[in-house]
Amino acid sequence: MSELSNDTMLLETPFHSRIKELCGLNDWGNWSGYTTPNAYFDVELEYFALRSTTGVFDLSPMNKYRITGPDVEPYLNRLVTRDVSKIGINRVGYAIWCDDAGQLLDDGTLFRLSKNDYRLCAYRRATDWLQWCALGFDVNIVDETDEIAGLAVQGPTSCSTLTAMGLTDLEHLKPFGMKNYDFEGESLMVSRTGFTGDLGYEVWIAPEKAELLWDRLFAAGKQFLIKPIGSYALDIARIETGFLQAGVDFVSAEEVIRPGRSRSPFELGLAWLVDFNKPLFNGRKALLAERENGSRYRFALLDIDGNKPADHSFILKGGKQVGTVTSAVWCPTAKSNLAFAQFEMPHGAVGEKFVAEIYYQRELHWTRLLAPCTVIDRPVFNPARRRKTPAIAF
Amino acid sequence: MKKYDAIVIGAGHNGLTNASYLAKAGLSVAVLERNAYIGGATVSRELHEGWIYSNCSYVCSLLRPEITRDLELPRHGLQVVPYGGSTTFMRNGDYLGSYFDHDRQYREFARHSKRDANAYDRYSADVLKQTRLIRPFLLKTPPDPTSLKLRDLKDLADFAGSFLHMGEEGLADTIRFWTKSVGDYLNEYFETDVIKAHLAGSGIIGTALGVFSPGTAYVLLHHYMGEVDGTVGAWGFARGGMGAVSAALSKSLQTFGGDIICDANVDRIIVKNGKATGVALKNGDEYQAPIVVSNLDPKRTFLDIMEAEDLPAEVVKKATNFKIRGSSGKLNIALDGVPKFNGLDLNSPLMIGDMHFSDSLTRQERAYDDWKDETWSKDPYLDMTMPTMADPTMAPPGKHFMSVFVQYAPPKINGREWTDEDKAGFEKTVLDQIGNYSPNFKDLILHCETRTPREIEAEVGLTEGNIFQGELTFDQLLFNRPFPGYAQYRGPVKGMYMCGSGTHPGGGVMAAPGANAAREILSDLKKPNIIPEGYADD
Repeated sequence: MSELSNDTMLLETPFHSRIKELCGLNDWGNWSGYTTPNAYFDVELEYFALRSTTGVFDLSPMNKYRITGPDVEPYLNRLVTRDVSKIGINRVGYAIWCDDAGQLLDDGTLFRLSKNDYRLCAYRRATDWLQWCALGFDVNIVDETDEIAGLAVQGPTSCSTLTAMGLTDLEHLKPFGMKNYDFEGESLMVSRTGFTGDLGYEVWIAPEKAELLWDRLFAAGKQFLIKPIGSYALDIARIETGFLQAGVDFVSAEEVIRPGRSRSPFELGLAWLVDFNKPLFNGRKALLAERENGSRYRFALLDIDGNKPADHSFILKGGKQVGTVTSAVWCPTAKSNLAFAQFEMPHGAVGEKFVAEIYYQRELHWTRLLAPCTVIDRPVFNPARRRKTPAIAF
Repeated sequence: MKKYDAIVIGAGHNGLTNASYLAKAGLSVAVLERNAYIGGATVSRELHEGWIYSNCSYVCSLLRPEITRDLELPRHGLQVVPYGGSTTFMRNGDYLGSYFDHDRQYREFARHSKRDANAYDRYSADVLKQTRLIRPFLLKTPPDPTSLKLRDLKDLADFAGSFLHMGEEGLADTIRFWTKSVGDYLNEYFETDVIKAHLAGSGIIGTALGVFSPGTAYVLLHHYMGEVDGTVGAWGFARGGMGAVSAALSKSLQTFGGDIICDANVDRIIVKNGKATGVALKNGDEYQAPIVVSNLDPKRTFLDIMEAEDLPAEVVKKATNFKIRGSSGKLNIALDGVPKFNGLDLNSPLMIGDMHFSDSLTRQERAYDDWKDETWSKDPYLDMTMPTMADPTMAPPGKHFMSVFVQYAPPKINGREWTDEDKAGFEKTVLDQIGNYSPNFKDLILHCETRTPREIEAEVGLTEGNIFQGELTFDQLLFNRPFPGYAQYRGPVKGMYMCGSGTHPGGGVMAAPGANAAREILSDLKKPNIIPEGYADD
C-alpha cells in the first residue's frame, strides 16, 4: 500500500494494478481514502456472482488493529460489549463497542490469533478511541491497516475456488473459524467470514504478495466463474442479508453533533451482542438503565409491498411519521423489497403494519407512492450453505 | 447645521451595517468617518502603486450570511472566495498542511501522527457542537439575566434550553470551552506539537493572552463559528480585499438614501437634559439627530467622545476598566513574485490559505512571554496569507500581496511609546521569521507597510490597536459585553447607542453587532423589525 506521504491523491490498494485492468466501467469511489471500484462490469452481474458463483471484493482499506499483550483479554472485554473470552483461538467474533453513554461507536470483527493476540477490523478509524481505552492496561495497539491486504471471496463456489488454489481441507473450516496457510513463503490467513450472508471467506496477506494472490485466485476460480465485485453489488448483498453499515444505518457516537442522533445497541437490534454478565464494559451502566427504562428507538426490517425501493422513506402510521428508512434495496435473490428502518418507540414490533412514503422518478416525472409494509423478524436471505460444514462444492 | 434622524459615528463595517438598516427602515441617516476613506478596519488601500492592500482585517468568515444576502452585498460587488487550506511550517524543514478534503486532511495529519489524525474527527465534532450552541445567538440581542421582560426571559429560556439539550457531557464541554486555555483544551485531544500549535493559533489571534491562558479556548471557538457558503468554520478572501465588504455595505446604504461623510472627526456626542441631540466635530461643525450611534470601541465612546459629566460614574468606571489590550501588529507586503516555501508545491491548495511558523505550543507561549515583558515577540506567531493566489485584482499579474498578522506586539515597549527604531526592529523580526522558511521571500519584497499597535490605534482608532474592540474573554461576552447592564446596545444616555465589535457578539468582520443594534433602535422607535433572523442551523 502507498506510503503515507505528501502526495495528495486517493491511495491505491495493493491490488490496484489488477483491479484497474478489470474495472471496465472505470467507475471508482472513495472508501476510507482509497480508490476503490464502485462497479467493474455490471452491478447486477457482479451481485449474481456473489449469489451464484464467487465474487471477490477488495477489503484492504478496512481499518485493522493488532492488539497484543498480557492484558489484552480484560482490555477487549472492557472495550466491546460481548464476552471476548468466549472467542476461541483461531476464531472470529462480531463485536460492537460503545462510549460510556452506551451509544454505539462502531462495529467490527475480532480475530483471535493466539491467546493474547487479536486483530480488530473496524469500519471506522479507531486508533484514538482504542488508545484512550488502553490507559491502565498492558496492551500494545498497532494500526496495521497498511500492512495487510485483504480480499473477500464470497459465494457458493468460494470454497471450491480456494481449494483449487491449494488451500487444502478448507471445507472443514466452520463459520467464524480461521486458518493459516503458507503462500509463497508468506502467511495467508483465511477466515470463514464476510459481509454477504453466504458461504464465503476473507483472505489476508502481506501487501508484497497481494498481486500474486489475486492472480492465483482468479486462475483457480476461473472454472468456478469467479468475478470481481465492486461496492455497489456488495451493498445489495449486505442489505439483503441484514447487515448494518456504520455511517449509513447509524452514526458513530463520536461523530454525532446534534443531541440525540446516536443510537444504542438495543436501538439497532444488537442486544444479542451485549453481555451484562460481564461486570464492567464501556457503556454498561447506561445500557442497564436503558434496559430498565426503555429505548428511544427500534431497528426493524421492513417487507414493503411493490417493487420500488424505499430509499430514505418516511414510515407512516395513520398518516403520522413514526420512522425513517436508513437502507433499502430490491433483493434480486430473495425477490423481495426490503428496508432497514428506525422507529420511534413503541412502534416497529414484529408483525406491525405501516405505510412507506416512497418517491420515485421516471423520465423526470415524480411519483409519490404510499406502500404498505410489514415488520419482519429476520433477513430475507439466509441460505443453509452459509452455515454448512463441510462446505458445499457449489 | 444639518439634521438627521440618526447619526452613526465611524464608517467601519458595523457602522455601515447599522446605518443601512436604519436607512432601510426609512430614517434619514448619516455616517461620520474620521478618515478620508471608509471601512475602519475593513479596508482595501493602494499603498504601493498597483497593489491593493487589505491592510487591516484580511479574511472573511464571520460576516453573517443573513446580512450579506439581506443587504444584497453580492449585487453591490462583494464576492468571498474560500481558502484552500492552511499550513504550519516546522523548524525541521517539514510542514503540516490542513486541507478541506477530509481524506487528504487525514493523510497529511497521519504523516505526523495517525492517532491525532483520527482524534481530529472527534475534536471537530466537539467544536461543531459548541458552535451550534453559540451561532443561533449571533443575530440576537443578549438577554439580560436580571430582567423580567418577556423577551429576555424567553431568550434566556431558549439559551438554557439548548444548553441543557446538549446533555451532561456537552454541558461540561461548554464550560470547558468557555473557561479553559486553548493549550489545555488541545492537549486533551492531541499528542503532536505541530498539530496542537496549528490549531491553537485561532485561540490567540487578536487576544492579549497566551495559549495557556484560561479563556483562549473560547477565542478558538469564535474563529470557528463563521462560515463560507454554509461550511461552518471555513474562511475566505473578499475579492478586491476587505474593502470590498465596506464598499458593498456603503453602496447598500446609499441605495437606501443614507449619507456617508468622510473627514468628519467627531469631537463629542452632544447631550442635553440627559438626551443625545447630535454630535460636534473637531472642526466645529455640528450635526443634529435624536439618535446617535457609536461604532467606536467602548473606551473611545465613553472616555473620548463623551463627557464624564454626561455619564453615570459607573459607566465611566466600567469603560476605564474595560479590557482592550494591544496584542498584535501587521505587515502588508508587495511581492515581485510568489515566494517558495519549504516543501510546498506552488500549485498546492495550501498556497491559497493561511500560513504559520510556530510549530509548538511552547514557542507560542514564549511569544506571549515577550508581550508580558513589554516587547514584541522575538519568535512571533504569524497568520500569513497571500490573497492574490486566488484574487487577480489586488496586484499586477504575476505579482502578489502578502498580509502578515503578527502576534504579539504590545501597546507600549518597556512602558514607553513605540519608536521608529522599535518599529524597524519589529519589521525585521517578522521578515526574518518568514525568511527562515522561504529562501527567496526577502528578495521579492517591493514594499512593506508595517503597523504596530501605535499605527493601528492612530489610523483606525482602535484603542491599543485591539482588533476585536475588546478582549473576547468570558467576562466581556454575551450580557457582559461591553459591560453588564449595557449589553443591549443602548447607552446610558437616551438616544445614544453602541453598534461596534465592543458589543455582542464581538469582533471580527461579522456585521452582527451593527445589525443587532439597529434592531434595538427600531424597536425603541416602535418601528417594525427588519433585521433578518439567523438561518436555522440544522
